[in-house]
Amino acid sequence: MLIRRPPDIKPSEITDRDMYYSRRQFIAGAAVAGGALLWPGRNATAGAKLPNVTPHKLSTNEEQTPWEYITTYNNFYEFGSEKSDPADYSGKFKPRPWSVAVKGECAKPGVVNLEDLVSPHTLEERVYRLRCVEAWSMVIPWVGFPLADLLQRFEPTSNAKYVAFTTVMRPEEMPGQKRRVLEWPYCEGLRIDEAMHPLAIMAVGLYGEELPNQNGAPLRLVVPWKYGFKSIKSIVKIEFTRHQPPTTWNISAPDEYGFYSNVNPEVDHPRWTQAKERRIGDFLKRETLMFNGYADQVASLYSGMDLRKYY
Amino acid sequence: MRDRIKPMLFAAALIPFALLLFRAFTDGLGANPIKEITHFTGDWTLNFLFITLAVTPFRRLTGVNAVARYRRMFGLFAFFYACLHFLTYFVLDQFFDWGEIWRDIAKRPYITVGFSAFVLLIPLAATSTNRMVQRIGPAHWRRLHRAVYAVGTLGVLHYLWLVKADIRPPVIYGVILIALLILRLPSPPFARVLRKPLPGGQGV
Repeated sequence: MLIRRPPDIKPSEITDRDMYYSRRQFIAGAAVAGGALLWPGRNATAGAKLPNVTPHKLSTNEEQTPWEYITTYNNFYEFGSEKSDPADYSGKFKPRPWSVAVKGECAKPGVVNLEDLVSPHTLEERVYRLRCVEAWSMVIPWVGFPLADLLQRFEPTSNAKYVAFTTVMRPEEMPGQKRRVLEWPYCEGLRIDEAMHPLAIMAVGLYGEELPNQNGAPLRLVVPWKYGFKSIKSIVKIEFTRHQPPTTWNISAPDEYGFYSNVNPEVDHPRWTQAKERRIGDFLKRETLMFNGYADQVASLYSGMDLRKYY
Repeated sequence: MRDRIKPMLFAAALIPFALLLFRAFTDGLGANPIKEITHFTGDWTLNFLFITLAVTPFRRLTGVNAVARYRRMFGLFAFFYACLHFLTYFVLDQFFDWGEIWRDIAKRPYITVGFSAFVLLIPLAATSTNRMVQRIGPAHWRRLHRAVYAVGTLGVLHYLWLVKADIRPPVIYGVILIALLILRLPSPPFARVLRKPLPGGQGV
């Protein structure tokens, strides 16, 4: 498959890493100091810095959404359905120790602890657009590694047509799970060729640091050409399946959230338009791009498919 | 005698607005300020609608008739927050995009009902002065102002139809609305038990 490089990156426009991080540290330091004065107990403790993160060519050079917004404006219903709930109520969540069960149509199923799951991979910084189905968007510098590299380690068989993912179920640590707003545990899925696409990553970090709880610690999916809810958080189970697996939002409202849920400005959500989006931090809305601007890379996955039917 | 409570209530009714301004000027509206303003002004529109609708049941249950003289002010504050809510949508959210706004009103049921509720509020606000009551005649005026029940119902539907999955907040509003409407029925069976005799045998 030909993976075309996005045309919009000029090396000269990329901030030097050291300068970038020293600026971030200054801002983070100031925010912690200021936050401690104003909201004792509410500031997100910065996670450990991740070592040896390499930049990646599929990153966008668009202006990145500030850490403050990425970590306080979240849809993570396991912690509550308000945008501020995940930041407010994820303090008790324990992302370590952690393990992931891999099962289904593969030669090497098993339970893998987080360290063994991550350590064989080189961590990359992938700056991706994130488009929420609610018509807002961000630009997020994820740290992660290709999902394909991870999946291949378990040697999926030719029967593996889909991959299903499941979020951890811990009502004591995730207060949102005490109410059945959605069917818990949250589950998501991809077709195997989508999962193997080089844009799809397993993320473990954000802005060079370990993922905060509210962003899906310790391990989450990032599929940037699909609406945000496809990028399932805090994953404990990966299963290779023959058939299309059920997905949580599709169960909740089948006519509103399809299995594919590719970002598509031409197919409206039944209750609102998807033609435009508000980039967090902007005043005016902007046009939403087909496949969230990743059409050059992913459109071929869907050639011949009626995207109105397979929304 | 000068009513000293009224100015205090007036000032209190402006507190949410002041809070909103304060948050706006101190960068306190979070990552998506326009959505935050929209939700905040929407919530306060419903809150003031409900306060207005609570005046009559409150009189019935407590016999404190003095609250009646604040009902108009509460109703106008509901209209005030509804205007802010609509303007937030019209200016900040859509930025005068008439085509998009029209499509929203025509195609999106939650916007259709929300916009209808807003439009219905306009004649009520416009006929709120004493002179207008006289001009229309109290009987007609009362009939016209029953439209507020429709406004409340449409307002709650507007909220219910826009949430994605967590319908608890709009359902709570809905339950309160139903309670307020039942309590103002001419003779709700259980209200009679609670009801204290009104001074001078005055009806409700």
